[in-house]
Amino acid sequence: MIAAGRAVLAFAYDFIVGDDWRIAAGVVMVLIVGGAAVRAGASASLVTIGVAACVIGVAFAGIVGTPRRD
Amino acid sequence: MGLDAGEIGVIVATVLASGVEFVEALTIVLAMGVARDWRSTLWGSGLALLVLAVVTAIVGVAIGSTVSEAGLQLVIGTLLLIFGLQWLRKAVLRASGLKARHDEDAVFAAEQAAASIANRERHLGLDWYAFVISFKGVFLEGLEVVFIVITFGQNAGSIPLAAAGAGVAAAIVLVIGAVAHRPLANVPENTLKFAVGLLLSTFGTFWMAEGLGAFAAGGESLQWPGGEVALVILLGAWCAASWLAVVRLRSLARRAKAVA
Repeated sequence: MIAAGRAVLAFAYDFIVGDDWRIAAGVVMVLIVGGAAVRAGASASLVTIGVAACVIGVAFAGIVGTPRRD
Repeated sequence: MGLDAGEIGVIVATVLASGVEFVEALTIVLAMGVARDWRSTLWGSGLALLVLAVVTAIVGVAIGSTVSEAGLQLVIGTLLLIFGLQWLRKAVLRASGLKARHDEDAVFAAEQAAASIANRERHLGLDWYAFVISFKGVFLEGLEVVFIVITFGQNAGSIPLAAAGAGVAAAIVLVIGAVAHRPLANVPENTLKFAVGLLLSTFGTFWMAEGLGAFAAGGESLQWPGGEVALVILLGAWCAASWLAVVRLRSLARRAKAVA
């Protein structure tokens, strides 16, 4: 049962996150900061544009950094 | 009845993403059918489609009935974005020459070679190798289609629209595959994957940011400045960032070659 659960989780991880967890971690970090900004009362325009800019930046850095890590 | 930008995006994204996955599944099915046994291959593919239909129905209903709109956008947008970035990362690496391009003829040849030397074990009157490989191939490629159909459909408020997009792609690939009776190697698969990665990342970003409204006092979705026009601007931004990444990686690869 535990082995089956682990296999399902491993499959889900590989399916969603794939072979570079850093990009996924970066997206989650942006999400946390964005959530904090919304809680603090930041405007919708600021949050949406800021989150998009940060996510694109995180992805760009993660993809361009791939050859150095591999 | 006109379609808005979001609905057009849903159709385009599901047709392209599903088309790419169906091309890959077709290659495996053709290899098993030609090298082993069509009956077992079709049973494996059919069972995989049945399981996928059940998964879609259960997950679709469960997600739609248990989470608020903003919460749904947040969860699904984030998953879609992370999933889409996998596609985009691989596409950028392929375009810059750092990763081998996907070649359906090579995949077909490898699958056929493996099938020709595998054991001829039989269960339930079926060639077990052909049955299992075609089941796995159709199920795994189909799971990506299901994920895209559910995420796009739920967020756009129309799973039937997203499912119709996938259905159109399936019909096109099946008809061409049946006529050609060989892997669809001439489909510009790498370009399509790049386009799909861009679309998934664009919609994922859009919905994730809207869903952050779940953290606000009222829990209402955030509104993008300009509404759905922001989707076009986001797509442009993702295209520009990807192009810059390809240029940067090509220059790094050239420099590494010059040093070596």
